[in-house]
Amino acid sequence: MIYMDNVAGTKPDKRVVEKMLPFISEKYGNPSAHFYPLGRESFEAIEEARGHVAALINAKPDNIIFTSCGTESNNLAIKGVANNPEYKDKKHIIISEIEHYSVQNVALKLTNYGYEVTKLKVDNTGLVNPQDLKKSIRKDTLLVSIMHANPEIGTIQDIEELGKVCKEAGVIFHVDAVASCGHVEVDVEKFQCDLLSIASQNFYGPRGAAALYIRDGVRITPLFDGGFQEKGYRSGSENVAAIVGMGEAARIAKEEMAEYSKKMIKLRQKLWDGLAKMFDFLHFTGHPEKRLPGHVSFWIEYIEGESLLMWYSLKGVCAASGSACSSNILAEDEEELEASHVLTAVGVPNDICAGSLTFSMSKYIEEKDVDYVLEITPGIVNRLCEMSPYFNKK
Amino acid sequence: MAKGPYSDKVMDHFMNPRNMGEIEDANAIGEVGNPACGDVMKLYMKINDEGVVEDVKFKTFGCGAAIASSSMATELIKGRKVEEVLELTNEAIVEALDGLPPAKIHCSVMAEEAIEAALKDYYSRMGKDPKIVDEMKEKIKSKVVS
Repeated sequence: MIYMDNVAGTKPDKRVVEKMLPFISEKYGNPSAHFYPLGRESFEAIEEARGHVAALINAKPDNIIFTSCGTESNNLAIKGVANNPEYKDKKHIIISEIEHYSVQNVALKLTNYGYEVTKLKVDNTGLVNPQDLKKSIRKDTLLVSIMHANPEIGTIQDIEELGKVCKEAGVIFHVDAVASCGHVEVDVEKFQCDLLSIASQNFYGPRGAAALYIRDGVRITPLFDGGFQEKGYRSGSENVAAIVGMGEAARIAKEEMAEYSKKMIKLRQKLWDGLAKMFDFLHFTGHPEKRLPGHVSFWIEYIEGESLLMWYSLKGVCAASGSACSSNILAEDEEELEASHVLTAVGVPNDICAGSLTFSMSKYIEEKDVDYVLEITPGIVNRLCEMSPYFNKK
Repeated sequence: MAKGPYSDKVMDHFMNPRNMGEIEDANAIGEVGNPACGDVMKLYMKINDEGVVEDVKFKTFGCGAAIASSSMATELIKGRKVEEVLELTNEAIVEALDGLPPAKIHCSVMAEEAIEAALKDYYSRMGKDPKIVDEMKEKIKSKVVS
């Protein structure tokens, strides 16, 4: 099997798993129980992880709050700010059209509570124009939330420019860096962001651990009321093993990211060039250069995304599709099948595109894997074209 | 094969679609689309003088369920009389495929609609009002209900 769906989650590094194991067996102490060694070692392990995570994004450990997933981090950031009485007079939120559902849907929900949401358009490569952001900011703008990299089309935003605009305007800036952290540099100081979400599973750590960076002075109301774990921002017993794994993954990423990202960029180019030569009806999505290192995404005229995805799967290649048919396949109702809002936002024509395909590589991908994908692609595409009523052989 | 959202039968028809292609001298052609997900199914039939579907082929732009539904539908109508073909419901297609996920039932509906569209084309070519297909379907439905 060749796993090229790393935007959905990476394979945990073996060193990460080894580091975690004791914390799901003999080191089971509750980190809140500081007064005996078993609890204290869990506490210390979490603090060590916090240090590694902070170092990865150039933050202070005190500004890192552990959560359970990227979605929770995004919810805590946006709802946390919106619900804080300190900001009660500001009722305007800005996001982009291509945000993850955990940002889009949270913002949408806030409209029920008197908030107004502006969705910034992106260009056909998926970039937000900083000037558009500047023009959209109002006196009552509370928060801007823009993702660093889009997992579906791979585009990386000019986030430093966007951060600069927010800083000048004095609005709170949240960055969803779940797809990018551990693959490209994420630096809260360079980004000038106030809040930043990352998730362990996207950089070779375990699922079930994520973090939110909260800059000093930003007021957040917690999502849960309870005890005082994570300074009260995130009550509830910590998932110690997962946090320890996230810390180790962050440590490894900090040390090795430059090297493996370089390798992935080379393989990305090989895959991109190989596909480009094959069909003149294959169209790449996202920005050609400002993109995640191992990320190639495209759509093919005449072919539906889920069928393409299924054929790659049958040939042993795991990828992702933004087609309506592959979305929420286990839904109870066909109305819940929705075409990707990201593809629509970057202007992919609805009438001839029924989905895209995304290959996202990891540090474990080798050149032979890319060769294999290139080898099987013509057979898959030709087969589906032959079946398509839209495809006329010339 | 690992169990996914689709049955083994759906996967079999997806991987090895039966009767895929076009019929050059078809005398019944129906094309339908589903606006929900953009799927399109085109059905070709060759119906002989006795009103029997001698040959049937399809072309489908769509997901695994749409392809499997098209393939299964052609298997179920080949060699049948037009009246019998009209008795075919989307539920029968779903049953023959050992089920579809709820969100994908519309793919089987599309197959049933493609058959109806092709038969309307067939009657039009014979100089008859294509509404006859709707009337025949109504009769079948009322027979089933009573």
